[in-house]
Amino acid sequence: MTPSADLAVVGAGPAGLAAAVTAADRGLRVVLLDAGERPGGQIHRHAAGQAHPPSLHGRRHFAPRARRLAAHRRAGRVTHLPAHHVWTVVPHDGADGAWALHAVAGPDEAPATVHARTVLLATGAYERHLPFPGWTLPGVVGAGGAQALLKSGLVLPGRRVVVAGSGPLLLAVAGSLAAAGARVPAVVEAADYTAYASGLPTLLRNPGKLAEAALHGGTLLRHAARLLTRHAVTAAHGTTRVEAVTVTRLDRDWRPVPGTSRRVPCDALAVGHGLVPQLELATGLGCATRRTPDDTPALVVDADQATTVPGVWAAGETGGVGGADLALTEGEIAADAIAHALRGTPRDPRRTAALTRRRARLRAFADTMAAAHRPGPGWTGWLDDTTEVCRCEEVTAGRVREAVADLGAHDARTVKLLTRAGMGWCQGRMCGQAVARLAGEPPAPDRRPLSCPVPLGHLAAPPTTDPTDRGARA
Amino acid sequence: MIVGAGVVGAACAYYAARAGLSVAVVDRGPVAGGTTGAGEGNLLVSDKEAGAELDLALLSTRLWRELAEALPPRDAIEYEPKGGLVVASDGTALTALRALAAGQRAAGVTAHEVAPGELARLEPGLAPGLAGGVHYPQDAQVQPARAAAALLRAARRMGAAVRLGEEVTAVLTGPDGTVRGVRTPRGDLRAPAVVNAAGTWGGHVAALAGTRLPVMPRRGFVLVTEPLPPGFVRHKVYAADYVADVASGSADLQSSAVVEGTPAGPVLIGATRERVGFDRTLSTEALHRLAARAVALFPALERVHAIRAYCGFRPYLPDHLPAIGPDPRVPGLHHACGHEGAGIGLAPATAVLVTAALTGAEPPVPAAPFRPDRFTP
Repeated sequence: MTPSADLAVVGAGPAGLAAAVTAADRGLRVVLLDAGERPGGQIHRHAAGQAHPPSLHGRRHFAPRARRLAAHRRAGRVTHLPAHHVWTVVPHDGADGAWALHAVAGPDEAPATVHARTVLLATGAYERHLPFPGWTLPGVVGAGGAQALLKSGLVLPGRRVVVAGSGPLLLAVAGSLAAAGARVPAVVEAADYTAYASGLPTLLRNPGKLAEAALHGGTLLRHAARLLTRHAVTAAHGTTRVEAVTVTRLDRDWRPVPGTSRRVPCDALAVGHGLVPQLELATGLGCATRRTPDDTPALVVDADQATTVPGVWAAGETGGVGGADLALTEGEIAADAIAHALRGTPRDPRRTAALTRRRARLRAFADTMAAAHRPGPGWTGWLDDTTEVCRCEEVTAGRVREAVADLGAHDARTVKLLTRAGMGWCQGRMCGQAVARLAGEPPAPDRRPLSCPVPLGHLAAPPTTDPTDRGARA
Repeated sequence: MIVGAGVVGAACAYYAARAGLSVAVVDRGPVAGGTTGAGEGNLLVSDKEAGAELDLALLSTRLWRELAEALPPRDAIEYEPKGGLVVASDGTALTALRALAAGQRAAGVTAHEVAPGELARLEPGLAPGLAGGVHYPQDAQVQPARAAAALLRAARRMGAAVRLGEEVTAVLTGPDGTVRGVRTPRGDLRAPAVVNAAGTWGGHVAALAGTRLPVMPRRGFVLVTEPLPPGFVRHKVYAADYVADVASGSADLQSSAVVEGTPAGPVLIGATRERVGFDRTLSTEALHRLAARAVALFPALERVHAIRAYCGFRPYLPDHLPAIGPDPRVPGLHHACGHEGAGIGLAPATAVLVTAALTGAEPPVPAAPFRPDRFTP
C-alpha cells in the first residue's frame, strides 16, 4: 500500500490554500479538504459564476494561489476535495499514514476517509454572538453573515441597516453595505477606540492595516454613517421583522448606562462581536489551547506552526483570530516546516526570517485588536430573563440564570446539562460564548467529538475507502 | 458529610436530610459533573437478573415514582415511565430472554412476552423479522443531571449545606482511626460520618480514608441524533445480548445499544462498555458499532444524523454490584459508589440504605450483598 498523502489540509481559506500550494511547491502530495464548494474560505466568498472574489485582497492574494492550486491539481500533486465536511481526525495505525480524516462528502452525504502522514488544521473561525432582547427577529443578521451575503450575490439584508457589535469587521461591513447602496444610519461599537492607544506602536508597524481602516472610514464618511463608540444595540423591536433598535451607552465594563437609550429606526441590523477560532477537530486530537487577549481559546503553536500533538500543524484563525494576511503567512511557514520535517527539504533562511517577522507583526496587531474589543463583563446587563440565549433549544437567559443561582451549575457544561442550552443543531456555536459568560467563566475550548452532523448509516457502514485512492487507481 | 454531588450523593443528601440528619455535600466540581452528567437516565429492572441488585432496582423504581411527584417544580426531573422493550433476533436469544424474564417475574418484575407480530404495535419502527421480545412496563427514565440538581436543591431547602468546587484532600480521623470529617483547601469540615459518593473516583476517596475499594472506570460512548418527531422510538429498546454485555467482566469493547427517544426530540443510542482507563479520545470503532446496532433495530435511523457524541466513565466494581453501607475497616466511613451503569436507577434505594445505616433504622432490603469490604483479599 502506498502512502496516499504526505499532508492533509483541512480548510481551503487563506491559511489552508497557502499551505496546500506551498507544500505542493515543495514536492509534497497534498489532499485539501474543505466544506465549501470552492477554495477561498469565508473571506474569499464569491458569487456563483464569478471566477474570483471581487475584493482587492482577492485579486492580489487569492487569484494567484488559486491558479497555482489548479496547476498542482492538474499535475496530480494536490487532490482538492470540495464539499467535504471533516467530522473527526483520529490517529490511524497503517502504512498509508498516521492520521485518518473522516468526512461527510457532497450533497448526498457520502462517507469519505482520507489517510495522511501529517495534518494541517486551517479550520478558520466562526462569528461571536452576544444575545440581546429581539435578536431572533427576522432582519437581524450576523455582521460576518451580511458581509458573506454581499460577497456571494450582492444581497442586501435591508435598505436601512444599523451595524453593531464590536471589532474591526464592523467598519468593513458598514462600508460594504453603504457601497452596495444601503443606508447605514449608525455604526454602534461597544468598545472604545481609545483602547487602541495602548497598542499604538503595533498599529504604526502595520501601515497596511491602518490604510484598510482609513479606507472603510472614508467610505462611511461619504455615506454619512454615524459612528458611536462605547454604545450597544441593547434591544431590537418589531413584530414580523425588525423595525427599530434601542441604542444605549455603555460604561467601561459594557454595562448599559440607565437613561441613555434612544431608538433608531431601521429595517435590518447587522451585528457581530468578532470571530472565535473553530477548534473542535484540534481539541479532539488533544491539541493544547491558550487564551488570546479577549479570553478566547486558540491553539498553542510553536515557531513552525506545529501544535502540541506531533504530526499536527495549524495555521490561520485556529491559532488566534488575525485575518487573511496572517493566515497566508502562517500557512506558508507551516508548509515549509512540514516539507522540512517529512522530506528534509531545506528552508531558505531569508524567506523564513521574513515570514517570521511578518507573522510577529501581524500577530501583535491581532492581539491589540483582541484586547481592545474584548467583551466587557457587563454585557449580560442588557439581557432580560425572557431573552432567548440558545436559539436551537429555546433556552432563555432566565433559565440559564436559574441553573447557575439555584441548581448548582458553575460552568457552561453543567448549564448545558441542566437546560439543554447548546445541545441543538449548532452545538453551541451560536450560544456557547454567551452561556459561558452567564455561568461566570471565560468560554472553554470547543469540544465536539462530531464536528458536523453525520448520518447514522454512514457510521454504521463498514470502514470506507480513501477517495484519494480513486485517482491513484484511475 | 457526603463527598460527591452526582445523583447518588444528591439522593443521599435528600434522604438523610429528610430523616432529620444534619447534612453537608462537598464536590470538587459542579453538580452532576462526573458520570451522572454523562448518563442516559436509565431506570431499568429489565437488564438485571434476579438477585440483590434487582431487589434494589425494584425499590428504586418505586422511589423514583414518588420523587417525580415530590420534587418541585412539576416535571423537574423529566420522569418518564415509558417502559422497556427487549427484543430477540433469533430463537436462541429468545429462549435466553424467556429464561431471564421468568426469573425476574419470580422476583416481582412485571414482564410481558410480546409475539413477533405484536412488536410493531409497541414500536412501529422496529426492523421486521425479529423472533420476539419482552415488554417491561416498570422501566423508566429521568434526565440525570436535572434529577441530581433537583434532589440537591430539595436537600438544601431542608437545611443541607452544599459546597461545590471544593475538593476533598484528606479524610480526617481520630487517634482510634474513627472518621472525624474531611479536609478541603477551604478548611476542615467536621462530621462523625463521611459518605463516599464519589462514583468512579470512589476508590480515590477510599484511599484518602486509608482503605481500599477497587472502583475502575468503564468507558461508554453515547450517540445523540437530531431531534425526531415524537413516537419515533417509544420505549427503551434494546437487543437481548445487552444483558450479557452488562454482566460481562471483560475489558474489551462491548457495544449492544439501548435506543430511546427523549422529550426534547433527539434519540439516544448508548452505550458501549470498555475498560480503557480515563481516556476521552473518540473511538470511531465504538461509534460504528453503536450506529450499526441501532440501525439494525430501527432501519429508518440510517438516514438520521448523529449531531453529538460523548463519553463517560462508569464506576465499575469487579462483581458489578455497588458498595453501599458502613465500612467496618474505617469506623464512620460509609460508601455509596460503584454502581457501574445503574447509578441513576439505583440512587434513591442506595440513599435509603445509607440513611438507614446512619440512623440505625432497619434497611428495606438486605444490605449485606453490597458490603464495601467484600473485596478485601
